Amino acid sequence: MAAHNLKHALFCAIVTLIISYPILGFNLASEGTTVTLEGAKTSTIVGVLLAAVVVFLFQLFRDNLMGSLRQLPAVNPLANRKPMEQSKRLKLESTLLTLMIIGALVWPFIASRGAVDLSTLVLIYIMLALGLNVVVGLAGLLDLGYVAFYAVGAYTFALLSQYYGVSFWFALPIGALLAALFGLVLGFPVLRLRGDYLAIVTLGFGEIIRILLNNMTNLTGGPNGIGGIPDPTLFGMEFGRRVKEEGNTSFHETFGIAYSGEHKVIFLYLIALVLAVITAIAIRRLMRMPVGRAWEALREDEIAAKSLGLNRTAVKLSAFTIGAFFAGFAGTVFASKQGFISPESFVFLESAIILAIVVLGGMGSQMGVILAAIAVTILPELAREFSEYRMLIFGAAMVLMMVWRPQGLLPMRRIHIELKKQE
Amino acid sequence: MLVLEDVHTHYGKIEALHGVSVEVKKGEIVSLIGANGAGKTTLLMTVCGNPQATSGRVILQGRDITRDLTSNIMRSGIAIVPEGRRVFSGLTVEENLHMGGFFNTKSEIRKSQDHVYELFPRLKEREHQRAGTMSGGEQQMLAIGRALMSKPNMIILDEPSLGLAPLVIKQIFEIIGKLREEGITVFLVEQNAHQALNLADRGYVLETGRIRLHDTGKNLLANPDVQNAYLGG
Repeated sequence: MAAHNLKHALFCAIVTLIISYPILGFNLASEGTTVTLEGAKTSTIVGVLLAAVVVFLFQLFRDNLMGSLRQLPAVNPLANRKPMEQSKRLKLESTLLTLMIIGALVWPFIASRGAVDLSTLVLIYIMLALGLNVVVGLAGLLDLGYVAFYAVGAYTFALLSQYYGVSFWFALPIGALLAALFGLVLGFPVLRLRGDYLAIVTLGFGEIIRILLNNMTNLTGGPNGIGGIPDPTLFGMEFGRRVKEEGNTSFHETFGIAYSGEHKVIFLYLIALVLAVITAIAIRRLMRMPVGRAWEALREDEIAAKSLGLNRTAVKLSAFTIGAFFAGFAGTVFASKQGFISPESFVFLESAIILAIVVLGGMGSQMGVILAAIAVTILPELAREFSEYRMLIFGAAMVLMMVWRPQGLLPMRRIHIELKKQE
Repeated sequence: MLVLEDVHTHYGKIEALHGVSVEVKKGEIVSLIGANGAGKTTLLMTVCGNPQATSGRVILQGRDITRDLTSNIMRSGIAIVPEGRRVFSGLTVEENLHMGGFFNTKSEIRKSQDHVYELFPRLKEREHQRAGTMSGGEQQMLAIGRALMSKPNMIILDEPSLGLAPLVIKQIFEIIGKLREEGITVFLVEQNAHQALNLADRGYVLETGRIRLHDTGKNLLANPDVQNAYLGG
């Protein structure tokens, strides 16, 4: 046993050296026109060696260490508490939600401009994650190309505004509906597929959309993207210093206040907030409707669901379409917020991050997904001080999360409908 | 009620049923027995339209359903308790039952639910428990209860005794007897030939995709061939 552990630990230490030494141990230095390779500072090399020693020791005593880690959940005060009664929990949940929404409404007026801007991004991710939650969490269809629908929403607005001068408010429903249409169209061929195969096909679809956007240069501008996407207006009031479109007035002149760039940022934030709340409420309703239960039944057992007369095609398509719809919503807001979009914004990594949010939050749970969206978007920003290591920290946080709470931050609780007994 | 006329069913190029004719009359319990791989489940699945018969006809309540969609067939007064129970393990007992009455109104669901709880008091006790955490017998009861939620005229049971203790099997068969008293036609597919034939008005013996024997339940039980092959001599 001990000998086996020692061998394993040695192996791991050597692997650590092999991986980290070439990455950290050499520097490229330019001397005039040539680039030469030179060894790193002694401190770095000592660091690499230290890391190898740490790995060696950890692997050597891993069984003991993990054994004591396993006792940690016992320390967790929440581990053994009884589940709250449903009525009580619903009450608590609605109070918390109200508080959260009030907090979110006050937030832009006390936070800095950068923080509000970041919060808008968080809200966009919340919309995306809630939408994907329908597809992955509720219907159990692993979709790795979700970002495609996001792109459809964003590009719909960008193109409509560029070619036809359509405003944000008109483009919003069009973008969402067009994304939903794409969801429907993609849904048809993938319905027969399950699990891994479905994941691969959706992954391919996501890439196809991105590559199309990249290559249809005369329409979408290709990799150069589309710029000058207009900001949303408030009843015809623009938020710029000068009015761009005829017939519009500007916000600061109408209200007789000094121009400030912050107005626009706050306004965008509030739009995103309203849309995110609408998304959450709409999906919450759907979850309690028969179609929501049908999604879950299909996820649990396809054959049993079919034996009860559920139409698999219709149920899956509805999940795909509704998920895509909300991605289109989010895409339109994103385009408006950035003012410029390019295929760069819709790479596979985005899909992966949205999926990670859903998994981290707890599949199917709305509250969990919202919390995870906040965490996943803000964590890399907070870790900015660690500069290039922040993604490493982000990754480590995710791994730890999956070890300790594989069911997600706030796993889904069963909501049950109580039928009133007839007197 | 249900008639199969010279049904052939293929899986790809392989023919699994070679011209099967079966009739289940209204109010009867009909048992279909056969060894592993005889085609019992295939026959049931053909009734449900998944896979569809390649030739022959399936007639349910006077209507030809051979080419109907599974989802439509399952909404026309027939319910199936699939092999291996297949309850929705993540959902509670109550939610499972509600899924069974998916296409009914709320008041109908309430009525059928009370009725199911009457048949299976055990399910009432476990109303808010997740189905996956229950014992095999309880899950089988739930699967039958779920099938009853749609108020079917006919119920098909695929191996309801599979993997259950003898005492539980006895209970399940008692319930099946009760269903007949309520006027529900029962088509029972079983490997547990003794009990299935004992309960049945008529029985069919399926062997490698063909109906080998067809008689009343009592006669089949007494038949020496059946005794040798399915009842252990």
